[in-house]
Amino acid sequence: MSDEKPRASNPLINKRKLEARRKFLRSVVLGAAVLGISSVGYIPVARAWNVRMRPPGALEEPDFLSSCIKCGQCVQVCPVAAIKLDDLDQGFGVGVPYIDSRTQACDFSCDAVQCILACPTGALVYKKPTFMPTRSEMVLPAPPILLAKEKSPEPTLNLKERSGLAVLVRPEKCLARQGKGIKGAARGQSFEGTMRFMEVDRWKPIPLRDHPYDLELCDLCVRTCPIKNAISMEIVKENGVEIHSPVVHEACVGCGVCEMVCPPDLAAIVVEARKGWSV
Amino acid sequence: MNKYLESVRVMLGGDPRKPGPVDYTEEAKTIHFYKKSEKHDFDALKLEARAHQKKKYWLKRRWIALLSINLLFTVSFWFDIQILEGALTASRMLGFHLIDLNSALQVMLAHKHIIVNLLIGTGTVFVLWLALGGRTFCSWVCPYHFLAENAERLHVYLVEKKKISDHAFHRGVRTVFWVLFAGMAWVTGYTVFETISPTGIVSRALIYGPGLALGWVTLLLLFEIFYSRRAWCRYVCPIGLTYGIVGVFSPLHVTYKLANCHHEGECRKVCEVPHVLECVIKGRAPSAQLDIGADCTRCGMCIDVCPSGALSFEIKGLRKIM
Repeated sequence: MSDEKPRASNPLINKRKLEARRKFLRSVVLGAAVLGISSVGYIPVARAWNVRMRPPGALEEPDFLSSCIKCGQCVQVCPVAAIKLDDLDQGFGVGVPYIDSRTQACDFSCDAVQCILACPTGALVYKKPTFMPTRSEMVLPAPPILLAKEKSPEPTLNLKERSGLAVLVRPEKCLARQGKGIKGAARGQSFEGTMRFMEVDRWKPIPLRDHPYDLELCDLCVRTCPIKNAISMEIVKENGVEIHSPVVHEACVGCGVCEMVCPPDLAAIVVEARKGWSV
Repeated sequence: MNKYLESVRVMLGGDPRKPGPVDYTEEAKTIHFYKKSEKHDFDALKLEARAHQKKKYWLKRRWIALLSINLLFTVSFWFDIQILEGALTASRMLGFHLIDLNSALQVMLAHKHIIVNLLIGTGTVFVLWLALGGRTFCSWVCPYHFLAENAERLHVYLVEKKKISDHAFHRGVRTVFWVLFAGMAWVTGYTVFETISPTGIVSRALIYGPGLALGWVTLLLLFEIFYSRRAWCRYVCPIGLTYGIVGVFSPLHVTYKLANCHHEGECRKVCEVPHVLECVIKGRAPSAQLDIGADCTRCGMCIDVCPSGALSFEIKGLRKIM
């Protein structure tokens, strides 16, 4: 009997040990797999697949990604639903807000950049803390004046920095430069973007297609710009010929309204996210 | 053996200890002594008890609570009624900031800068879950729990039918994950965990619409159905561990009454975290009544299946007052 006992119990111990070892190895593999998968999220960020336009008041990109808690409260307060949340293809940017100006620009219908007010973590701020990196070319020369509020006691938008800059990237597409006008809806009848028109309703944005135009010379980017002195139509000389062309000024905050309303298939004027002012 | 230390040790991944001879109270010893001579017809007892049981009493309540909370987020946004704005990572309920503790921790570690609203929000949530029992968040609020719970049912069914076998991991790996995710947030400056957190992903999908990220959640569920029972919640999720720590001293817990127990082990079969129920094994309970450990999600599933009423919800101190 005493001889048999160890023989009977040994395989049992080994089996248990074996299972424990398997469990341990499995756990190591699980650990490596989960860490590996979560690190893949760095690739889109590092390669900057999409240079996204962030909502107004966003911190510089690395700070913005680290401080955003991905709750979407900024999405919820936006009256024109300009803010959307990114998906998993943006890696660490999943759940982070962005604005696609061409589809729906931020037209400041809220009057007070409420997305900043809604942000619980300070990823969107009225004023950056002093130790945060600030690029001088992003700093606005003066408090921007919101045309919709121009006559109220506090006409400014509480913004210290721009989120991007409007650039005439495809001048050959610009209707004004071609001397052409615009008749009908700026972006066609199927376009779903909305915008606030002071002359229609001070408080409620309406679909862009419900506000047709009939202009001899297209100046939609200038006409719809919500910020005072951010863009103007000027006569410039090109190859000795005088033509009309929109010119962006330092007051531009990068809201993207000009990009949204620009009538050609590919917008002539585009807001370049995170681009600063340079002379 | 301090019961709080023991409960934290087990939560972090330690195997539950058998109590030593000195740990047993006189009362428990007496009960254990009489139980030795007891011979029950378990099947008859079970049938008898089941006849008087309220079917899925807590399950129904819990699902209603979980679904209403998550849908309240959705309707608040879609119908702009502004009761509960945001998502589970951070929200505002009637104006009060509520911020998920683990998400806040990740943001603080990654950003290395804390603003007042973040502190207020975490404070509110901390107090709330301290009162309600930490991991109560998991089973009563987390939308991934709802999906995983049903995936678990499928997994258990498939194992029963011998179509698949279950693969367990070492529970300590969750603690390792907690430290690693915190470390990665600090070192990289990105909230790395949020990228793969199914809690955040499902919550946002419910509110802001579905996206590619749900593919990842589907993969997780498939892994849990076909390979390892309840793997994410048991072995990975740092949110659960964060709330577990908050709940160590919570007044609300599941309590176990040794005298009522017939030791059929029904409760351990349904439990998401069966290591907290080791004390129901015959001869293990060191006292006549004891609280289930901090890793318990207070889902009430054990209470629902217990045929002898040995398990129940209790609020500490309330029994003495009343």
